[in-house]
Amino acid sequence: MVEGIQSAAQVTSWLVPGQSLFLVIHILGVAAFAYIVAKRLVPLVRAERDPRFDQPLARVGKVLKFWLGQWKHPRYRVAGIAHILIFAGFMLLAMRAFTVLIVGVHQNFVMPGLSGTAGHVYETVTDYAATVVFLCMVFAIVRRLVFKPARYVVPARYGKAHTADAVFLLALIAILMLADSLFEAARAAGQAQQGLPVELTTVLSLPWILKTALAATPLPMLGRLYFSAYLLHEVTFYFLLCYRPFGIQFHVETSLFNVYFAKLDKGTLKPVRWGVSDEHLDQVKSFGVKTFEDFTWKHMLDFYSCADCGRCSDNCPANAVGRPLSPRFITIKARDYAFQHYPMLGSAGNGKPLIGTVFSEDEIWSCTTCGACEEECPLLIEYIDKIVDLRRGMVDDGNVPQSLQKPLKALESRGNPYGKMEKKKADWANAKDFQQVCRVKTLNQENGADTLYFVDSITSYDDRMQSIGRATAKILDHIGENFGILGAAEKDSGHEVRRFGEETLFMALRDHNAEAIKASGVKRIVTADPHAYNALKHDYKDVPPVEHISQVIASGVKSGKIRFNPVENAKDVYTYHDPCYLGRHNQIYDDPRNVLDAIPGLKRVEMSRSRDRSFCCGGGGLMLFYEPKEEERIGVKRVRMAAEAGANVIVTACPFCMVNIEDAIKVAGLEGKMTAIDLAELADQQMARESPASEAAEAVELRPEYVTGR
Amino acid sequence: MEILVCARRVPDTSENEIALNSAGNDIERDELVYSINEPDNYAVEEALQIAARAGGNVTVVTVGGEDDEEILRREMAMGANHGVLITDGAFAGSDGRGIATILKAFVQKGNYDLILTGVQAEDGAAQVGGMLAAMLDYPFASLVNAIEVLDGKKLKISREIEGGNKEMNEIDLPCVLSIQTGINEPRYVGMRGIRAVASVPIPTYGAVELGVAAGTVGEAAAKVKRVDYFVPTLGRGAEMLEGDREENIEKLLQLVAAKGGLK
Repeated sequence: MVEGIQSAAQVTSWLVPGQSLFLVIHILGVAAFAYIVAKRLVPLVRAERDPRFDQPLARVGKVLKFWLGQWKHPRYRVAGIAHILIFAGFMLLAMRAFTVLIVGVHQNFVMPGLSGTAGHVYETVTDYAATVVFLCMVFAIVRRLVFKPARYVVPARYGKAHTADAVFLLALIAILMLADSLFEAARAAGQAQQGLPVELTTVLSLPWILKTALAATPLPMLGRLYFSAYLLHEVTFYFLLCYRPFGIQFHVETSLFNVYFAKLDKGTLKPVRWGVSDEHLDQVKSFGVKTFEDFTWKHMLDFYSCADCGRCSDNCPANAVGRPLSPRFITIKARDYAFQHYPMLGSAGNGKPLIGTVFSEDEIWSCTTCGACEEECPLLIEYIDKIVDLRRGMVDDGNVPQSLQKPLKALESRGNPYGKMEKKKADWANAKDFQQVCRVKTLNQENGADTLYFVDSITSYDDRMQSIGRATAKILDHIGENFGILGAAEKDSGHEVRRFGEETLFMALRDHNAEAIKASGVKRIVTADPHAYNALKHDYKDVPPVEHISQVIASGVKSGKIRFNPVENAKDVYTYHDPCYLGRHNQIYDDPRNVLDAIPGLKRVEMSRSRDRSFCCGGGGLMLFYEPKEEERIGVKRVRMAAEAGANVIVTACPFCMVNIEDAIKVAGLEGKMTAIDLAELADQQMARESPASEAAEAVELRPEYVTGR
Repeated sequence: MEILVCARRVPDTSENEIALNSAGNDIERDELVYSINEPDNYAVEEALQIAARAGGNVTVVTVGGEDDEEILRREMAMGANHGVLITDGAFAGSDGRGIATILKAFVQKGNYDLILTGVQAEDGAAQVGGMLAAMLDYPFASLVNAIEVLDGKKLKISREIEGGNKEMNEIDLPCVLSIQTGINEPRYVGMRGIRAVASVPIPTYGAVELGVAAGTVGEAAAKVKRVDYFVPTLGRGAEMLEGDREENIEKLLQLVAAKGGLK
């Protein structure tokens, strides 16, 4: 340590030697932090199991990309860049912070490897890092107080604004940076006054500016300043450390773990109970999440890790139309409950049911499981599994809205939510006129095929959606696929049944279908319904590989089996709406677009929200039966987005999107100005059919009921 | 409070396409799916809610065959303490009075404070509840859409009357009430709940156990006999209003007001 100014450790203040003072602060700070963290770990120990210790390489990959690489942050440009700078600053300053802390009790401590030139370079870097972090804090405070981004607003029903706490925490970091810089500046100013070589040369850095400002300050004053800055740094550091676990900055500690243990696959759901096989599920006393302890430890860690940035809710379609759901507050409310239920002093009381106290029923039923929140979260917090677990709990308690009970009952007795007769399942394909255009086999012991077209309920029974079924069949026929359908033997895929929390009914539907598929002897499955696609791909086991019709068409285009005629009306502007279960949940973004771009003369624009930021149509399956409380339909918002993009034709690739978008076009008053068409319908309509046989087919095809689309 | 709910299994109108058979004397029953008569389900839910508030047990009873056990299991999965199946070849073809006679015999073997039925069976005539009350010499109230237990001896009930209005009554226990749909929101029962009660034994009673004389029930004793079914011929289509929008709105308002839809 330099002469002239006593090192902080040597100073005696109020008869207490610095070394002892700081040792006490260290011990108290570390002990308090350890106690707080131990308390925070209590619920995690009591939580449900969640096996997340597998695949270390994939997990390290996640850490490198999403934690160290801050991958999601630039999706919000300004805040994202600020966060990356702060994160980088913290990373760089970590070792320095450690060194500074030790210097208080061990005056000449130098971090191994950081002596000499390396140390000088490191100090230069950290001087600027501290400066950048300080400026980012000032920026963030100004942003919070003056510009007030909408996504930070706390709606009245969720309590008071979080601004004060956020600003307080930001200010503490700013103080930390300032104290650190002042500590260094005072020392450097002292060195300069004594004619000693000055170690601080980082021009325009915060320490440098402070040093310059302190140039004329008397030496004893500098000494006191030096000591005070150090003390302030110490106290602020430990205060922050111990205060963070009480709020939004706990992610500083938890984020690394939260990202490492994040869910590795998409489109899947967690089982009812990890480690319990389907056969033993009947022995499980209670399904789903009813009290806080029913969450898995990882889901609790999610609650701790939320930084309250509001990106999830900013992208949530349910939140956008005023449904009583905001993913951000699912987490915040659960965290507040956890903190209150597991207090710092004393032990946890008896857990109360979460539904009706922390969460409302409507809140949990409002989710469309579109996955926009999860896609956006920089910390990889999961929502769908939690929502589904909460629904499982409600279903288990018989707590299901009347609007959903009828379709669920019909699914149980008839295998479809509409209560339609099984024998009518293949009516869409068996109509005589259509059979002349395209013969669709119903698979049974005599009739085999290579490919199964899994139609699912809505396309089979809904008059409008049957057109998607016919288009799909004609496409498969056109590319020479040997295919068939299960007909009456096909029950609903159960995709929404599962996502609405009725696991037992889902398992019955799945087992029935899996058995029927196995018996049919097919080698692959094709479907035009992304929900069925996702179910067959992720929820079913031991069924042949499944493809969505958009993938089939795209590869047909690539191989030359499918060629398109130019669009009839060159003035039409098309836009593609990504269905959630094709896009976000299964990353099929390019195939549908490639198909559209292969149609000569087709003008295509992108909506501002597309691909992984696509905006849900309002939800499929059972969501069509649920009557949510909302100010506006989600689909109406989506249709307006298409209009804003300058499109007049919305192409989608999901029958549920079609229901919602066509309804929304009417509700938005855009009838006649905007149309919707399924990708399969469009492909069928535009396919160039050259052989004489198919020309004859086309003649029949002009019958109005089989002309797809318009 | 000991509560008995009389329930019945009927073809589910929302999940079937009801058609006459070729003989025209019954509906086509080959591919029907059945479920509990909807108002009876509300009655069970109400019974469960009363038992939860005032204590007691809920028993669900049905007169029918082996297949009807299905609805008893469903209601037990909802929370009913007991299910009882009354079945006997001699009961087949009973009219409403016959069913009421059988139920009366069952009620007298137990000690029930409150007997609930659905307001009517979807394939029935809304008669069994009233007849059962008369045979037991119990007070009866129909179309009940709210129940409050006043003390051990009385209930305060609300009945639905014309135009959705409510009439409040006090009724002495024991009594028979026919329950209107909408009195509550019945809880959901899934396959899992039904599976959990799959092995609970369901006692069955026949004519001998109940002491019902075979001659007083069954087809032979029925005094109301179904002779035919028919589908009404389609009437005129919807009335189309013609004129401009303002006129149509005016006419529509008049029509709705004339039918009592506006006050």
